[in-house]
Amino acid sequence: MTLVSVSGNLLFIAFVCYLAATLFFGGAVKSSTKEIATSEKRWGRIGIIITIIGFISNLGYFVTRWIAAGHAPVSNLFEFTTAFGMMIVGSFILIYFLYKTPLLGLFALPIAVIIIGFASMFPTDINPLIPALKSYWLYVHVITAALGESILAMSAVAGLIYLTKNIDLTKKSKQRFWLEAVMLTLVLVLGFVASTTTFKVMDYEASFNYIDKEEKADEITYNVPPIFGMNEYEALTPGTMTPLVETPPIVNAKKLTTVTWSLIFGLVLYVLIRLIIRKPIAALLQPLAKKANSQLMDEIGYRAVLIGFPVFTLGALIFAMIWAQEAWSRFWGWDPKEVWALITWLFYAAFLHLRLSKGWQGEKSAWLAVIGFIIIMFNLIAVNLIIAGLHSYA
Amino acid sequence: MNKILCTCGHENPKGTVLCGSCGRPLTEEASNQKLVDMRYEGSARRSQTFNKSIIDKVWNFFSSVKVGVSLIVIILVAAAIGTILPQVFYVPATGEAEIAAYYERVYGTFGKLYYQLGLSDLYGSWWFQTLIGMLGISLIVASLDRVIPLYKSLKKQRTRRHESFMKRQRIFGIGENALGENTFAKSEEKLKSLGYNVKREDGAVLGEKARFSRWGPYINHLGLIIFLFGVMLRALPGFYVDETMWLREGETRAIPETPGYYLKSDEFILETYDKEKADEVFNDAIERVGTIASNYQTDVVLYKKPEDALPGQTDKLEEVKKDSIQVNEPLKFEGFAVYQMDFRLDELRSMQFNLSNKATGESLGDVSVDLVEPEMSYDLGNGNKVELLGYYPDFTGFENGEPQTQSPIPNNPAFLVKMTTPETPKGETSFVAIKQTVEPFGENKYKLEFNNVETRDVSGLTIRKDKTLWVLALGGLIFMIGVAQGSYWNHRRIWIHETKDGHIAVAAHTNKNWLSVKKDLDQVTLVANLPPYIDQHDLEALEEKKDGEKSS
Amino acid sequence: MAQTKQQRLIMRTVILAVLVVAIVYTIFTSATKEKVAVLSVGDKAPDFTLVDLNGEEHSLSNYKGQGVFLNFWGTWCKPCAKEMPAMDRQYEVFKDKGVQTLAVNIAQSDFEVQRFTDQYGLDFPVVIDKTKSVMDAYNINPLPTTMLINPQGKIEKIITGEMTEQDIAAFMEQIAPE
Repeated sequence: MTLVSVSGNLLFIAFVCYLAATLFFGGAVKSSTKEIATSEKRWGRIGIIITIIGFISNLGYFVTRWIAAGHAPVSNLFEFTTAFGMMIVGSFILIYFLYKTPLLGLFALPIAVIIIGFASMFPTDINPLIPALKSYWLYVHVITAALGESILAMSAVAGLIYLTKNIDLTKKSKQRFWLEAVMLTLVLVLGFVASTTTFKVMDYEASFNYIDKEEKADEITYNVPPIFGMNEYEALTPGTMTPLVETPPIVNAKKLTTVTWSLIFGLVLYVLIRLIIRKPIAALLQPLAKKANSQLMDEIGYRAVLIGFPVFTLGALIFAMIWAQEAWSRFWGWDPKEVWALITWLFYAAFLHLRLSKGWQGEKSAWLAVIGFIIIMFNLIAVNLIIAGLHSYA
Repeated sequence: MNKILCTCGHENPKGTVLCGSCGRPLTEEASNQKLVDMRYEGSARRSQTFNKSIIDKVWNFFSSVKVGVSLIVIILVAAAIGTILPQVFYVPATGEAEIAAYYERVYGTFGKLYYQLGLSDLYGSWWFQTLIGMLGISLIVASLDRVIPLYKSLKKQRTRRHESFMKRQRIFGIGENALGENTFAKSEEKLKSLGYNVKREDGAVLGEKARFSRWGPYINHLGLIIFLFGVMLRALPGFYVDETMWLREGETRAIPETPGYYLKSDEFILETYDKEKADEVFNDAIERVGTIASNYQTDVVLYKKPEDALPGQTDKLEEVKKDSIQVNEPLKFEGFAVYQMDFRLDELRSMQFNLSNKATGESLGDVSVDLVEPEMSYDLGNGNKVELLGYYPDFTGFENGEPQTQSPIPNNPAFLVKMTTPETPKGETSFVAIKQTVEPFGENKYKLEFNNVETRDVSGLTIRKDKTLWVLALGGLIFMIGVAQGSYWNHRRIWIHETKDGHIAVAAHTNKNWLSVKKDLDQVTLVANLPPYIDQHDLEALEEKKDGEKSS
Repeated sequence: MAQTKQQRLIMRTVILAVLVVAIVYTIFTSATKEKVAVLSVGDKAPDFTLVDLNGEEHSLSNYKGQGVFLNFWGTWCKPCAKEMPAMDRQYEVFKDKGVQTLAVNIAQSDFEVQRFTDQYGLDFPVVIDKTKSVMDAYNINPLPTTMLINPQGKIEKIITGEMTEQDIAAFMEQIAPE
């Protein structure tokens, strides 16, 4: 077995551990009526042990891949997103030992699982480093930034639990709508994983010639059936689907098609879930969240930001600036990724100031934490995929 | 009436909510609250005390946290809008008209609108910079307004607080005094062992820990202010150099804006990962992507002219060092840094021609023309000679019979030559370009035919000097110290009092991380037999407790 | 009380004023994108030494006490070529009146410069700035650029773009010693 395949297996073990640990944390939460508080402890303990085993295996993946590649595995979208998922688990373990809350695991681990699953949809090859990335600042900057983001993500997990518990799901309200929208978003990510995997298994491939926005001819290969065609496309692979719509040159129809397929799969999945459980997903989770102490969740949400914010500042802004000065001759260049790191930072700065004001604790604070996580995920994924810039290495 | 006299005898400035000394509520509102608002210790924010002139009003505007947060949010939204389309400096177009056309062509009507609204240069716009400036003012004013009164009230605080202050603390408990006098001694001892500073009065203990964390926010604001100041310094002359130069292999050029430094390029190197040679683990990626660059490098020699030499005197240059400029490895000297930023491959360096007899095809020899320093004439021996009459490095066509060149760069070199052979002693004139030969004075017997080129690469280098970097670094460092201080430590206080009727009252407060102060209080409670406390914020726990009491 | 109030008002006014001035200055300079010019009118013209086609050295300091008409040019630059004959004629008029003409070619080959001067029959000294160091010292951007240097060695005027023969005559007159 090569080091690379060892690495892959370790990641898979971690993935399975996280899934299993989620179940145990679920058991811990479910069983904890007063008389069996000890059972909560026992289930919770098993849950955290499995989580730690998974995390160690995950670290094993990271280290072996590092050794195999000769550089830290944070240099493309797959590697970075996987590392982010791993660090979310690490942050959860940290918060677990501070506050001893199995419930947090029940929400945090599935998010980590979804993120790692999402990551593995991107090419998993080990890339050699391009010149711009050849610097130890790659490790320092990216790892610190991801660590900060993952701790900040714990705030969103606590916020999500707070909201699931405290929002009245029996009545129609804005809050109920948006909470369900968050759940739907998570299902849509699963939709992306499902559609990509499906077509990968089918080995689908369709190539086209097209004219890009600079009016140059180019070739592109879809790995999903083309719903949208590139500008002035010309099919190269016989026997594949003809695109339904041709898009203007500014649109990347391949990405649009991928998004559309994810939406289709995600929505079908969502409808299926709703048909089976016959209530909103949030309502399914609410009984579990009911066990949470709102005050504690609010406290965790705030504390996670307090712990994560300095780390994020150091990694995503300060180390980033030092590296940018070395590599690109200027510490700040208003590259989209830079700007979105600044936006994230400003957002959490606003969060910390609002916490001082009356009326911004509890529910509002929980919403802010969730929005913060959305901004982080936007910067992590959308900026790389949609807004091309200097950071688009993937 | 500008001062409020508390019943404990302490004079408080106007606007104070809680007495600075004993903590008694001083306003109607504060007395009616179930829990006291401990922000800034209930002290009077400076801005609230005077509100007369325009200056005071402006000051108060910037002092408000709400205004500060609003500014942050506006900047955040604006910054996001600026990422919708690429900014002008990332667009492959120069000149206003060309840029405008680019946005319209590539992004349609939306792009045109985006450009016309000035969003394409959003971060350089006066209004965006004004917003940042206003945030800077807000940072300074709001910090000044809060840190001074907070400092004063924390310095002045008394050990014994008023009962109403205790009762309104989030963490509060009252009960029997189980240990009598010993309660205070034991509490003091335990608090000390937990790292608290303890003040003791008759029947009252105040334990305080990590007060310095309260200064964290002000220190990080100071760091941000220094950072913004550093950014502003760039506007001053001499603090900032940003130049570019194209340097060809073999060329020596003055480095712009440097004091007498010259740079010579020995070689530009472009390397890519080779499937054969690279580590096997990279094979899949190389196969999928195609070519992956591994190195951009310019091998250079840095020279400095002697002190007494004048610009232009390049015969006595002194070598400073040899270096390889790579991405991530700039060449550094005397506060300057030279970066490998760009390159152009294969610019023409010299051209080879062959002189031959058109009819017989007999070759009379080769001529190699150095495109940087062409010679007047080339002797091929045996009486064969090629004379250069004109050299047009970037030939574009003829104008009034004159060959034209649009630049001094050999993009499309052309020559006017005179070929002399024993057979044609008067010489034949020919115009020779890469794809074209013109014989202006009638049919020639001989021809000069282009057959080969030598090329060289051009390195695109950026020259920077940034004297503001240390100011920025200092600001960043101070920010990090402040933010860590405010985030990773928390100011905790525990009050233990004997009430008038002989009970023991405990109260605790922290600015963040309530778990920590509860843990500490739990330990003290265990040692000193203190009455149990409740978290008056945690309504759910209170409810549960009530339920429990009812059922039991 | 009134006094502290007064002091506080003054303090606030000063702080706000300093901040506003600093910010306005920063925004103004960045908005106008005014690159801080290395050289401007009234500055001392930096001395330099360049070699002409005959291998002779020409230094600015050689012409102390004379006006110097310093022209930066390239053979490929059409406006440069256009003004050369006029410059040559005025050179003949002014060389005995204490105005020296010096043309600095930017980093071209001896061959091109030689052919050019032969073609136009130029008599004034033409030097080549092979390393672009003089161009850099004078912060030359577009070609042609002409510097009028007065007998005191100060820059009298900077002209970018083509000049007519009248312009040239008037400029030379301007820097002629009394």
